[in-house]
Amino acid sequence: MSVSLSKLEKRTAYTLVLPAVLLVFAIVLFPIFANVWISFKDIELKDIRIPEPRAKKIVKSISDNQSELKIIYKLRNSSLIQGIRDVQFQDKFPTNVSPINLDPRCNFQSKKVVCNFGNWQAKYRENFEITVQNNNGETIDKKIIKSQKPILSGKADNPLLTANFTLENFKKVFYENNFVELLSTTFYFTFFGTVGAIIFGILAAQLVNQNIQGRTYMRGILLFPYVGPVVALAYTWTLLLDPNSGTLNALLVNFNIIETPINLLGQKYMTISILGFEFKLRLALTTVIFFEIWRYFPLAFLFILARLQAIPQTLYEAADVDGASPIQKFIHITLPQITAIISILFMIRFIWNFNKFEDIFLLTGGASGTRTLPINVYQQGFAVSDIGMGSAVSIVIVILLLIFMVIYFRLIGKRINEA
Amino acid sequence: MKLKSLSIFLIISSFFLTCILSIWKIMATLQGLSFNNLNTTPVFLNGILLSLIFIIIGNKINHLTKIFSLSFLFSLLYFYLNESSPYWYILGVFLITLFFTNKLKKYSVQSLKEDFISEKIIFDFITLFGIVFFAFVILFPFYIMLITSFKTQIALLVNPLDFSLDFSKNLTDLLKSYFIIFETYNFGRYILISSAVSIGTVIVTLLFAIPAAYAVARLNFFGKNFLSTSILIIYMFPAIVLVIPLYTVFSQLGLRNSIFGLLIVYTATTLPVAIYMLQGYFKSIPKEIEDAGIMDGQNWFGIILKIIIPLSLPAIASVALYVFMIAWNEFLFSLMFLDNPKSFTLSRAIQYLSGDAETPRQYLMAGSVIVTLPILFIFIYFEKYLVSGLTAGSVKE
Repeated sequence: MSVSLSKLEKRTAYTLVLPAVLLVFAIVLFPIFANVWISFKDIELKDIRIPEPRAKKIVKSISDNQSELKIIYKLRNSSLIQGIRDVQFQDKFPTNVSPINLDPRCNFQSKKVVCNFGNWQAKYRENFEITVQNNNGETIDKKIIKSQKPILSGKADNPLLTANFTLENFKKVFYENNFVELLSTTFYFTFFGTVGAIIFGILAAQLVNQNIQGRTYMRGILLFPYVGPVVALAYTWTLLLDPNSGTLNALLVNFNIIETPINLLGQKYMTISILGFEFKLRLALTTVIFFEIWRYFPLAFLFILARLQAIPQTLYEAADVDGASPIQKFIHITLPQITAIISILFMIRFIWNFNKFEDIFLLTGGASGTRTLPINVYQQGFAVSDIGMGSAVSIVIVILLLIFMVIYFRLIGKRINEA
Repeated sequence: MKLKSLSIFLIISSFFLTCILSIWKIMATLQGLSFNNLNTTPVFLNGILLSLIFIIIGNKINHLTKIFSLSFLFSLLYFYLNESSPYWYILGVFLITLFFTNKLKKYSVQSLKEDFISEKIIFDFITLFGIVFFAFVILFPFYIMLITSFKTQIALLVNPLDFSLDFSKNLTDLLKSYFIIFETYNFGRYILISSAVSIGTVIVTLLFAIPAAYAVARLNFFGKNFLSTSILIIYMFPAIVLVIPLYTVFSQLGLRNSIFGLLIVYTATTLPVAIYMLQGYFKSIPKEIEDAGIMDGQNWFGIILKIIIPLSLPAIASVALYVFMIAWNEFLFSLMFLDNPKSFTLSRAIQYLSGDAETPRQYLMAGSVIVTLPILFIFIYFEKYLVSGLTAGSVKE
């Protein structure tokens, strides 16, 4: 009895889980593996269509003879890299119209011209001509001839499935792609974005956790940047920071804080001198990081606030009895209580900032020194339309992510169970 | 000792007052007042004077009389320093000073002798300042977004600081950008598409996730542990590494530019989060209730439908709202998969609009307001559910 019950349980479990697992497998896991495959192929955006034979039909009159027409088919292979085998051609003609001097590859029967063009190599083009005449000597209606579309078919391999592999993409990623700068920009962005979001999160949580009026409203308002759509927020910021008529620059100039507007999103470096030391600040990248902090500190805030509210009040009361100062209370009571959640947040935010695409794409498009790895995937795959290269960059991201995750589960995984 | 805490008190409190008045001045500048100087030094000195008088007067007169008269005097002084300012601006200064002096209530000559008073002062004012600062920084872009959508490009190019709205004009003039994006740019259609995709994603995700989460939470089967760990790992993988293979496969299958294709991708990417969030909640439901259901002869389907779902409605609401938010705000996939304006979502439509440099910015902002408002309203209305959804699901964006 119990054996059959557990069998039934298993069967039910699999039926319940299977739809979700299959869908996630098809849309999430399969592409990750497909990336490996694509990254070893020399393939561009225009090649991903399966090659197909195409024909454009042009109908021309022959001098004065209205009962004859010349039809030109501009034949081509849609693919620039792949051939098509056994190309078959078929076109239908009205009654009483028949071809004269038909090409030897074709034959005419039951009002149809059927041709066998054999194999077409890549980039194949041909102007194929048929002259037709009306058997009764009447005028042929050009429009009827033109409205009939030829049917072509052929066998071709899916360019994604062929077995031509190359290491070229990875060579390009590491040697021709400013890889070191790409990586350093990504880490700069990721690290400062994460740390900034957490610091502002702690500050905000500490503020809202005080006994102030309207703290629920405050909590709601603080989450606005996180729940708002990234497109709207990024464009608002672009407008705000615009050097020509942006509000921020206009304000700073108006109050004589700066003399000329600063192009915060379009300038790669800004020289700043502090105490006589001059150093170059990566301006656009810093601005993007500030946007990132602005958008994601609410999340850190929410987590830390939840943790802060769980700290027993008696701890603070005991500290008051001992005569601890506010700073001592923060350092010795609050901080130890929130280190676990901060380390979890750090890892999660680090991984997610590392993958961030939309924010940078919408603000700068990856220009002015804000090119990170995810931006590079887009640039290679869709702007340069080198899909193989884009996939190779994706693979680099996946490998780095796996490394982070191993670290995450080794170090922090234990902490999650404790917390 | 007392002198030290007194001076810290004066400096910090006056600094706070100066900051708030500067923010007020900036806001007033954006209403078209022409201030060219923040005048922080005189305000700061006056603030020190104000705090000092406050402490010196102490409890000698009634608190209300004290704050009203002090604020009145301060505003009068402020009025002479900024002569050409309208009365509403000075009224604002008066109210801010009133708020400020009211906050000073707990400080007196005696309280400045307490232990750690300087730290307490700093913490106190940093809290106040922080709240004003955060509220300002967060709300300012939203404010600019909203007001820009009511203005015209020319007006903003002439004076980028004038965000005042002319209510004497009729309403159609004010809402012109909204009429245009609905009539010329088809935003009505995009709202429908975005809603359909988001609501569709919520429904399909729940249909897939509830049974799967129940199985993971309750049933024993081979590969269960593997499944629940891989859920965690899978949702760390970002959309950007999926985009190229999905693009190529969807191109070949003709699923690009289709709402159905978008729906599949959104469902698959939100499923792991949904399962993760739901199974945690299902585990918290006492098993005895289900056993009672089994006794009544219910099968698994009946148990899920009649026991689990009614008991976990709050969690399901959280998941639904969270998934809705992700689908509504999603941008990357809609950028990659949609290039026919007939099947754009709102986000993609706004991005498309911005691609044309000729597009006046008020249209862009009107579009932004349209895409932002629904999600903010939903958030404010269902804050409780969405916050718990965010907390549980935030391992993923």
